Amino acid sequence: MSERYETLAAQIFERFGEQMRRVPSNCGELTYELDKDDLGKVATALRNEADFGFEMLMDVCGVDYLNYGSDEWLTNDATATGFSRGVERGPVILDEADEFDPERFAVVYHLLSLQHNIRLRLRVFTGTSNPPIVKSVVDIWNGANWFEREVFDLYGILFEGHPDLRRILTDYGFIGHPFRKDFPISGNVEVHYDEAEGRVVYKPVSIEPRTLVPRVIRDDNRYSADLKDANDG
Amino acid sequence: MAEIQSYTMNFGPQHPAAHGVLRLVLEIEGETIQKADPHVGLLHRATEKLAETKPYNQSIGYMDRLDYVSMMCNEHAYVMAIEKLLGVQVPVRAQYIRVMFDEITRILNHLMWLGAHGLDIGAMTMFLYCFREREDLMDTYEAVSGTRMHATYYRPGGVYRDLPDSMPKYQESKFRSAKELDRMNSSREGSVLDFIDAFCDRFPGCVDEYETLLTDNRIWKQRTVNIGVVSPERAMQLGFSGPMLRGSGVEWDLRKKQPYDVYDKVDFDIPVGVNGDCYDRYLVRVEEMRQSNRIIKQCVAWLRDNPGPVIADDHKVTPPTRVEMKDDMESLIHHFKLFTEGYCVPQGEAYAAVEHPKGEFGIYIVSDGANKPYRLKIRAPGFAHLSAMSEMVEGHMLADVVAVIGTQDIVFGEVDR
Repeated sequence: MSERYETLAAQIFERFGEQMRRVPSNCGELTYELDKDDLGKVATALRNEADFGFEMLMDVCGVDYLNYGSDEWLTNDATATGFSRGVERGPVILDEADEFDPERFAVVYHLLSLQHNIRLRLRVFTGTSNPPIVKSVVDIWNGANWFEREVFDLYGILFEGHPDLRRILTDYGFIGHPFRKDFPISGNVEVHYDEAEGRVVYKPVSIEPRTLVPRVIRDDNRYSADLKDANDG
Repeated sequence: MAEIQSYTMNFGPQHPAAHGVLRLVLEIEGETIQKADPHVGLLHRATEKLAETKPYNQSIGYMDRLDYVSMMCNEHAYVMAIEKLLGVQVPVRAQYIRVMFDEITRILNHLMWLGAHGLDIGAMTMFLYCFREREDLMDTYEAVSGTRMHATYYRPGGVYRDLPDSMPKYQESKFRSAKELDRMNSSREGSVLDFIDAFCDRFPGCVDEYETLLTDNRIWKQRTVNIGVVSPERAMQLGFSGPMLRGSGVEWDLRKKQPYDVYDKVDFDIPVGVNGDCYDRYLVRVEEMRQSNRIIKQCVAWLRDNPGPVIADDHKVTPPTRVEMKDDMESLIHHFKLFTEGYCVPQGEAYAAVEHPKGEFGIYIVSDGANKPYRLKIRAPGFAHLSAMSEMVEGHMLADVVAVIGTQDIVFGEVDR
């Protein structure tokens, strides 16, 4: 398996050079990062050229790197309020920044080649623009249609050239992009039946946010590179 | 003569043939479909976002609820992705148990599909037949996990516990005579493996019964042959997988091509269709049930002869036994840490895919080194299939929409997530 991956990596380097930057992986998967301007050309080549032949796009997935690497275990003193640890109770703002951190939003593509029996992952950062925007790959892989709609719905990433970019999973008339890290897990609104109006209406959410298990990051030396090499050797 | 105009019709979200909560906006001319626009998301529960707020192990139960007719296969992809990141080795016995239950799940799923698909297009009897066998298989779920459907049986590093020595039995009640009770419990006297073995002996005969009713049935063929034809090129272009891809004649099965667990040690064949229509996909799935039965038999034979551990011995990830905790301080600490905080997964990302009964079910995890996934993405096969709905029904009659929904084997738990 890994031998074939190395061959592919060599071929990719030869064909694309610095356009595709390999990301190291510790579970034997091939991941590449590329600039969003190169996506169209690279994707077409990966699909059509005989060396690669990635005729299937298995998945398109958005990632919001806003809180990457931060944990909730920042309390220095004991808390008497239990579940409130790690909960931020600020007002919920919909993201109206002029610019985003260039490494905030990414779109991840999982490609599969049936003829070579090999997988490849591409990651494209959307850059600083608000709303974030990348080129659509629907004309290269038609199956991307709904996957890109989903990314648009959940992350608000626009896909240039998509034939029908509508919301797909959230309710009709939904406001916001729920999978962004600054969107609260309990949402902003809840529905209830209003007797006076005789219909279901929205009102601000009444659930108190709480954290049952705080998010912690532990530097586990079992996974450090030095120790791993020592164990393998 | 009245002028025929095209009009728009709502199919669902409350419709018995919509397999759940599918709202399909159909543009129809006469009775011919011009365009279908599926509106999904009515069952959206944000499983992926919920998983971001929980330690890894607490999300295993959510996986059952994705595709709620093939529970353990969903779990399998999820625990495999975690194992990939952690680098945990799974004991061989656990791998055999997983493969056996994956295949039991495949039969469960295909029986559900066959029953519902049959019911949708006019074969009422199938539903009753299929549910008769499904009942036995759900009892095996109950025997190993305590629940009939949402098992939460797989764990990163193995499975929750070894196969029990006894089957749950029917209880006495005033509605059953003693003789009736004996008859119902007669196959449940031995261990779970005995029960599964007896099922495997009986099941090919059951599949023959289904085939007698359907395969050469004139009505069945009229409803399925040449309906929803997908060429192999289109199937690949649209991201199809599983029986939808194989029905179009593409020989692709992750169990053979990228074997995981012990699929490379068991013997089975991959059925492939020719025409890519609903009838071929029916034949593919029926044959898959027979092949699954073969795999289960081999697993049963192996499991009988090879006792051993069923979960990895790495107590940073898997809990120690109660006995160990009684007199070992370190085990107690491990247990406490695991159940309060969970385990931290090293930084990185992994994609693990299994050959789910419906297609390629993939889990993509991004970890930043925390005890909760940073991002969890579920690649649901039904999502890609349903997106091709419009293309598959264009030009067909209204009644064929139901046949196409059936053949896609749509379950909204996984499409909406």
